[in-house]
Amino acid sequence: MGNVLVLAEHRQGVLRDISFEMLAVAPKLAADMGGEAMVLLIGSSMDDMAKKAAGYGVKVMVVDDPLFKDFNADKYQKVLSALIDDLKPAVVITGHTAQGVDFMPALAVEKKLPLIAEVIGLEYAGGTLKATRQLYSGKVNATLAFKPADTYLVTFREGAVEAPAPSSAGTVEKLDSPLKEDLPYRKFVEYIESEVGDVDITQSNILVAIGRGLKEDKNLPLIEELAKAIKADIAGSRAAIDAGWIPHDRQVGTSGKSVKPKLYIAMGISGAFQHIAGIKGAKTVVAINKDPDAPIFAVADYAIVDDMFKIIPKLTEKLKELKG
Amino acid sequence: MKTIVCIKYVPDTSEAEVKVNPDGITVDSSRFSFDINDADNYAVEESVLIKEAKGGEITVVSIGPKKSDVMIRMAMAKGCDKAVRIEDDRIAGHDPLMVAKVLAGAAKGEEFDLVLTGCMASDDGHMSTGVALAEELGVNHASMVKKIEVLDGGKIKVSRELEGGLMEVVELELPAVITIQTGINEPRYAPIRGIREAQKKELKVVKLDDLGVDPASVGPDASQIILEALYIPEVESSAEFIAGDPNEKAEKLASILVKGGLI
Repeated sequence: MGNVLVLAEHRQGVLRDISFEMLAVAPKLAADMGGEAMVLLIGSSMDDMAKKAAGYGVKVMVVDDPLFKDFNADKYQKVLSALIDDLKPAVVITGHTAQGVDFMPALAVEKKLPLIAEVIGLEYAGGTLKATRQLYSGKVNATLAFKPADTYLVTFREGAVEAPAPSSAGTVEKLDSPLKEDLPYRKFVEYIESEVGDVDITQSNILVAIGRGLKEDKNLPLIEELAKAIKADIAGSRAAIDAGWIPHDRQVGTSGKSVKPKLYIAMGISGAFQHIAGIKGAKTVVAINKDPDAPIFAVADYAIVDDMFKIIPKLTEKLKELKG
Repeated sequence: MKTIVCIKYVPDTSEAEVKVNPDGITVDSSRFSFDINDADNYAVEESVLIKEAKGGEITVVSIGPKKSDVMIRMAMAKGCDKAVRIEDDRIAGHDPLMVAKVLAGAAKGEEFDLVLTGCMASDDGHMSTGVALAEELGVNHASMVKKIEVLDGGKIKVSRELEGGLMEVVELELPAVITIQTGINEPRYAPIRGIREAQKKELKVVKLDDLGVDPASVGPDASQIILEALYIPEVESSAEFIAGDPNEKAEKLASILVKGGLI
């Protein structure tokens, strides 16, 4: 049977979007493989989440035990390892998230099963499961084929597909927990929320965002002058935060904040997928980058292919004049 | 604290055009400049910071060609003590599980408390090698780490970077493999004296057989995945590209923003 087992992901009591996105892919894949899509939930006090997941017309299986109150990669690995033996799914899909990447490679090694990570598309044809993923920050796509195996392991990229709408009511089944006692060697301590700075970029009307293209912090005043001229706040990509040019709470992207300004001006940002995921809510995107192949242009409304340092001074001057 | 730091020599494609070779499964990297993978650079710095605080020794492990010796020497100039470079064309490099087996072979030849590596390679980006390596070695792990505290009693406390700026703090028993997220520290520049000293440090170049790794166990036949094709994705940009010399572009953009009521 070609069943597809989707591990639904949740954090602090809420199912994360990726859980539903995977349900845009799993039912069709399961049908093509002659099985059905099933959702696995691991956690503690899971009734509400199980009901919500079942609302997508799938069979939901729940491992509900206080031992799973907080995420623990080793515990998840143990549960999936046991369930792969019991349920023999043809495919196991998790999110390519801080959870999925923390145990799927170990599970693959333990079970001697193949893994393809950060997949954006899956297709089963002629008895072969193929996956599409990206390399070189999205500049190249790769098609990879799984050799025949009992179970294929996949981590699926967040935001790669749209979640379907809830459909019919599915079923919920409780499973016995394969884990009987706590693990001594890895302990969850706490969550730490990101610090709150002077500006909340999720509320900004206009954002001027900088990336690796800024090159060094002595170029920052140029950006500050532009931002001041148009009453914008300054944000940035991971590269700008890592370099220490702007504070951590100004990071836009999956590991930072999702923003929804009226205008987003991306300066010297290549537009890695993780960054683009954070600007989906922006109304108008302007991108300035000297690399014509920069992925940021795919989501831009207005684009300039050029060196940002040749553009910004004149842009600021002209904006001041027009607004003057 | 004995630390192994695994690093990768990768092309910088951030501003370069990437072309697929006629074979359809490799890219033309002849015009790229290569350097240490970004996240691995932070892993090197973290290993040196731990050594400065706690003492110990750092061994660099890398799979790569002769020209990557420049990168390895740079890591040693910053404070790493010795290095093992595996140069062998029988490794199925498209499969992180095979790469992890090779690195495990090298790590097993060393004593270690901690293995550090970048959480992601900037070229193929699987985010899988470090966690697979931990399982191969039968030790604990944590991925995407933005902070490491060495505790007493053979333990460490690490902060993992989750989505949305949330951190997950986890305590682990050593030995452990930790995959490092960028931004955990500020990688230093190598001091001149360090660069001189690095030339005298041990850099062993080995083959799979030297590590006791059966080439058949890490090659294309052992890998359960096949790289069938690479291709340049079609970018459907609906953007209005503003043309002209830089001044014209700037002026046009300014008037679009103002006339469109965007600012």
